[in-house]
Amino acid sequence: MNKTTLIGICIVGIMALAALAAPWLSPCQPAQIDAGSILCAPSSAHLLGTDSLGRDVLSRLIYGSRISLSVGIIAVGISTLLGVFFGALAGFYGKTADALIMRVVDVMLCFPTFFLILAAVAFFDTSIFNIMVIIGLTNWMGPARLVRAEIMALKEREFVEAARASGAGNLRIIVRHMLPNACGPLLVNATLSVAGAILLESGLSFLGLGVQPPVPSWGNMLTEAKATLGVAWWITVFPGSAIFLAIIGFNFIAEGIRKDLG
Amino acid sequence: MKEKPLLLVKGLNVVFRYPAKEIPAACGVSFAVGRNETLVMAGESGSGKSVTALSVCGLLPEESAFVSGSALFDGAELIGMPQKQLRSFRGRRIAYIFQEPASCLNPVYTIGEQIAEVIRLHRGAGRAAAWKEAEHLLELSGISSAQRAARSYPHQLSGGMNQRAAISMALACGPELLIADEPTTSLDMTTEAEIIKLLTRLKKELGFSLLFITHNLAIAERIADKVAVMFRGELVEYRVKEELFASPEHAHTKELLAAYEKVGKF
Amino acid sequence: MGKYILRRIIGIIPLLFGISLLSFAVINLAPGKPVALENSLNPRISAQTLLRLQKLYELDKPLHERYWNWLKRAVVFDFGRSFGDNRPVMDKIAERLPITVTINLLSLLLILAAAIPLGMRCALRPDGALDKSVTAAMFFIFAVPTFWLALLLMNFFGITLRWLPVSGITSLDYEYLSPAGKAADLFRHLLLPVTVSSLGGIAAMARYMRSSMIDALAQPYIRMARAKGLTEGSVLYKHAFRNAVMPLVTILGLSIPGLVGGSVIFESIFSIPGAGRLFYEAVMMRDYPLIMAEVVIVSLLTMSANLLADLSYAWIDPRLRDKR
Repeated sequence: MNKTTLIGICIVGIMALAALAAPWLSPCQPAQIDAGSILCAPSSAHLLGTDSLGRDVLSRLIYGSRISLSVGIIAVGISTLLGVFFGALAGFYGKTADALIMRVVDVMLCFPTFFLILAAVAFFDTSIFNIMVIIGLTNWMGPARLVRAEIMALKEREFVEAARASGAGNLRIIVRHMLPNACGPLLVNATLSVAGAILLESGLSFLGLGVQPPVPSWGNMLTEAKATLGVAWWITVFPGSAIFLAIIGFNFIAEGIRKDLG
Repeated sequence: MKEKPLLLVKGLNVVFRYPAKEIPAACGVSFAVGRNETLVMAGESGSGKSVTALSVCGLLPEESAFVSGSALFDGAELIGMPQKQLRSFRGRRIAYIFQEPASCLNPVYTIGEQIAEVIRLHRGAGRAAAWKEAEHLLELSGISSAQRAARSYPHQLSGGMNQRAAISMALACGPELLIADEPTTSLDMTTEAEIIKLLTRLKKELGFSLLFITHNLAIAERIADKVAVMFRGELVEYRVKEELFASPEHAHTKELLAAYEKVGKF
Repeated sequence: MGKYILRRIIGIIPLLFGISLLSFAVINLAPGKPVALENSLNPRISAQTLLRLQKLYELDKPLHERYWNWLKRAVVFDFGRSFGDNRPVMDKIAERLPITVTINLLSLLLILAAAIPLGMRCALRPDGALDKSVTAAMFFIFAVPTFWLALLLMNFFGITLRWLPVSGITSLDYEYLSPAGKAADLFRHLLLPVTVSSLGGIAAMARYMRSSMIDALAQPYIRMARAKGLTEGSVLYKHAFRNAVMPLVTILGLSIPGLVGGSVIFESIFSIPGAGRLFYEAVMMRDYPLIMAEVVIVSLLTMSANLLADLSYAWIDPRLRDKR
């Protein structure tokens, strides 16, 4: 575990703790409207200021971490599982399965991901669950390619023959002997994808197509920032910094693991 | 009275310095190459032969390689000479050919362009004249369809043809010394014989000194005037060819000879 | 070479098929009665619109017939009429596409102009001061959400300093300006959007250029070039550079989806009337014909760009020209 990974884990860990301990950590209720203190600059009463409805920015930031982290992790969970499944299928069985799956990958890579996600969001509604699934469904190509390459490389090795000779079924061979080798690169890919998913969710919420207000998401807090440009710098700076820190945290972890893998 | 040698190397040391360690590659190497003479430098891989050859013209990376000693070329001290001045020697008075001919030629330019480039550089010729000269040189090196070869890319030619092209490129500006660093090691035996024949012929026709590096003593037997044996960075034996083959002194020379005997005459 | 081009173009056909299938699938996987319509902000939603939708989707006909009918019309770029103003969808897209394409092209040019020299300098002194700081800077650039950066810069340059305009591509008095004035006005408006959308690309491309250059410099033909007596400039810019830059063409092609996708956000933030913002508005209004058309067209453009990049690479690299 090297320094880089450690720093990343610290950052992400603090955010995760904040997300879990949100009800106890936040000074106010995130949806609590205080008409008397609209657009107040950071002060002792409101450490990070208030927004245009008088809601405390710090509290909304803390609750926002719940959205970002859960969307990130679950979306990537979905895409990694899908990717491993299809990648293993393509790599192990080769020929038609491989040709078919890789064609699908090629097609999906033709679509700018953001466009596809936006289109999907238009046709289904904008619940958090839908967003997780959609992001997951559009990001499985990376892990799939990884796993496929790994399995194809290992398919020809002797230990596969040996395992088969000792009566192991295909599934067992794949899961117990081949996949563990892909764990390292998969982990790096997954960590980077979480950062990407957080970015995607923020972008969607920013455009008004993700998490809907009054539920606080770092992205939709920035929507307000656009409206209050020049008037309330804290609404721009703090949510954006939160996104930035989250991404840096996950990137550090990924970079650290990559360094360890050599 | 003996003529002054063209290249006189005395006490050449090469050390590679890296943050973690220091690797001595050549130690106290001294030899001379006379005009129109052939010196074959023999030894195993890692014995320091290539490093010595490269250091003569300052071709080792400056950040990691530290060269000391003396290399007098026609009276000019090459060790320590600034790169700008060294460039006037390279390609013009001292030329190189290397081991993997296809890799030594840039894959994105034609053979003709790469030869013409050096002609334009050192002889100030115009594009058309340089190209014609390049074709002529390819013909001289025994390539029958010289015009087509000139328009070809390295990947389109065989290893042997690429080496002939490299030889044309090296001799384009009439150098006095040709340093050949294992030019035939990656070629098959027939092609190897052809290239050796070519070099011998060109040397006689054009007149230049040849420093030929190899691990194969058979070649030394065929073309050398003098032989220098390198072992672990040191020059362990340096004799006139006949003497070396008749009565080798150093143990390593004897090993090399034994291997040569086993493989059979060239 | 001709054969290679032909093969590649033929290879596109299954991709086109796949794109059409996927687009069609996304639309038709939606709940039978578009739930989003009821939540939509468009006040004109009524039974009338529902009827149009039903007719559009031909929900009474079987799936494969629907697909075939849609495909027939899509091939001639007939995507129907927009729900918003009943104009033909292609017209709406056609009038906005040039702006998006222009901005993306400008971004690409900026990326190349900035990243290639930067990558080269870093490669010449690996792990030197410049290299280390550039690597560190890139790490942070990748982490910054571009829309946030856009907001911050708009705040700073647009409002605090009042140097640059924050919306649109032209000022109100554009028509009355001289040609030079018009150019300057466009420049001032496009500076922020193009710069911000290029940043990620510059960081990525510089990194690729750096490693590509380092690889090229390690090749034997570089040593030979030096042994020939060529100046260091010739060695670097004539021999190494040409080889280093080749793979970048493909990478450039691969980065186009990212740029196009980014257009949606940038055009929204900077209020630029481009195809990206059109898409965003269409999504907000649930203008299905427009959404479908944009998805297909954008993926076609992306695929063409990739194809072009692939073919260019085959053209530049002599080793590929001879492949069967």
